[in-house]
Amino acid sequence: MAYDSFNILKSTAVPLPIENVDTDQIIPARFLKATERVGFGDNLFRDWRYNPDNTPKADFVLNNPTYKGKILVGGKNFGSGSSREHAAWAIYDYGFRCVVSSFFADIFRNNCLNIGVLPVQVSAGFLERVFAEIYANPDTDLEVNLPEQTITLLATGEQESFDINSYKKSNMMNGFDDIDYLLNIKSDIQEFAKTLPL
Amino acid sequence: MSKTLFDKVWDTHVVRKIEGGPDVLFIDRHLIHEVTSPVAFLGLRQRDIRVLYPERTFATADHNTPTINQHLPVQDPLSANQLKALEENTKEYGIRHWGLGHYKNGIVHVIGPENGITQPGATIVCGDSHTSTHGAFGAIAFGIGTSEVEMVLSSQCIMQPKPKKMRITINGALGKGVLPKDVALFIISKLTTSGATGYFVEYAGSVFAQMSMEGRMTVCNLSIEMGARGGMIAPDQVTFDYIKDREFSPKGADWDKAMAYWETLKTDEGAVFDKEFVFEGAEIEPMITYGTNPGMGIGITKEIPDAKQAEEAEATFAKSLGYMGFHEGEPMEGKKVDYVFVGSCTNGRIEDFRAFASLVKGKRKADDVTVWLVPGSHVVEEQIKREGILDVLTEAGFSLRQPGCSACLAMNEDKIPAGKYAVSTSNRNFEGRQGPGARTLLASPLVAAAAAVTGKVTDPRTLLQ
Repeated sequence: MAYDSFNILKSTAVPLPIENVDTDQIIPARFLKATERVGFGDNLFRDWRYNPDNTPKADFVLNNPTYKGKILVGGKNFGSGSSREHAAWAIYDYGFRCVVSSFFADIFRNNCLNIGVLPVQVSAGFLERVFAEIYANPDTDLEVNLPEQTITLLATGEQESFDINSYKKSNMMNGFDDIDYLLNIKSDIQEFAKTLPL
Repeated sequence: MSKTLFDKVWDTHVVRKIEGGPDVLFIDRHLIHEVTSPVAFLGLRQRDIRVLYPERTFATADHNTPTINQHLPVQDPLSANQLKALEENTKEYGIRHWGLGHYKNGIVHVIGPENGITQPGATIVCGDSHTSTHGAFGAIAFGIGTSEVEMVLSSQCIMQPKPKKMRITINGALGKGVLPKDVALFIISKLTTSGATGYFVEYAGSVFAQMSMEGRMTVCNLSIEMGARGGMIAPDQVTFDYIKDREFSPKGADWDKAMAYWETLKTDEGAVFDKEFVFEGAEIEPMITYGTNPGMGIGITKEIPDAKQAEEAEATFAKSLGYMGFHEGEPMEGKKVDYVFVGSCTNGRIEDFRAFASLVKGKRKADDVTVWLVPGSHVVEEQIKREGILDVLTEAGFSLRQPGCSACLAMNEDKIPAGKYAVSTSNRNFEGRQGPGARTLLASPLVAAAAAVTGKVTDPRTLLQ
């Protein structure tokens, strides 16, 4: 599915300093019943965000107007558990375009890259600095520069570079997806299939 | 050059390598279900493309199906709509579909092996993280997202960088009352919930060599719970005996050809892994989890560790214990249990019900425990009846539900109520996984059986004859 291209994102950020945020927290299974990709943002972090009677939980960061922006900053091992792409859809649909963490679970990272959410992995030390800066000044801006592969705390100039493979980088910068690529080499794939051992 | 089992299977399926990018990997078998496939079919329609190899995809309904009264219309309109979408999509694109009520219906990772769809040396994907189950046969099998489901439908390929390789060897033998589930929970407790992220695991050593296919599936199933993309075990005679004569397994001359190939599927002497771990089978006792990720597990006779010993940062650890209503230093044995769930792609196979029945035989279900026994498929359900296990269960006060994912992810009506404790043979103890506010203790079918007859966390070894 096509998505908006990603180049340089300058935004405030929302802090979620919890480790091992699994995809069941990002979107619980009971909200996976749709047959179209719409409205998942409403249920992002559903059970951390709302009480059982659907009133907002005041102590959850998404319900705190102090923190907003297009960047979500999470603790180590973000996105573990279920492969549900709905987790990445919910993050995108809510309005985030980038997730920053010191470590990402594998399938979640892939899902993000496939739908136009940029996962930015930083060192544990830099992540701590990001949390500290946001808490010191919630209006502080981060700049995520995909062409340069850098993330910068604009208030202090502190910067770190991050990894992304050049193919995925180019896809993200252009809003391309893998299916266009695969359809282009369909005849190669069909030839290849004939050479398999079984 | 010496190659690992993983290298052999992966490299055989690389259509092309993209410089500085992922490999284009050919997928032999694709399994789909009602929850993660509808948007992929929507994508096909929007692009106006067909399914390239419909015969390589197999569909079942499992995540969102009721486990009682399956003959009646599904009451939840959203669930019913998803089941209908799967039925219509598979019909339109010519894909085999074993929907609700079909005699082959069941959990996707139970029916794949059961029907011989899962074979050594194959690449297998599904929009479900527990696809790692199929690695038990020496296949490369892993979970994918819905965008990738659409890729496989349209091109039979996905694009991923090759993971690093890890080997986990367990030597010796397992003690009495120690099951494959305990082996997996033990490994995850050692490596942590993210300790194998970025790796594909090969399990080796005598403990796995002596394990049944069901047991190997349980272990490979849980590979994802330590972050690994998947886990695999080299095929051997146990594997070949399991596969032979199943519906989709090779027959006649094809079988001989397949066997000649399958016998080459093992790690060469001298092949190098990026990381290795070695454990002894005797180190492992029946396990139970106390926290909110599968790495938070301990031997059932042990106490909950304190925050300083834990892998998690203090705040995360405290949040986890707070959710569970547990405290540092408490023993797990003797804790009250409200619900017991036996089932899921992790422990919903015949061997799991045999283990459960072996312990409850001649005993009675504890009065204040609700027990849900959910077979992984109709085939498992039939076997439970045929082997007389149902009679043992009935006599002890238990009943059997109908197949599906059920309370493992509580997407259907099978939800553990808020605040209640469930000993569960499933795979995830995340907050709210088994229902909003539910508290999950992951364990083996024997530990589940011990809890079902005592109403408490109980070491099954004290009850075994």
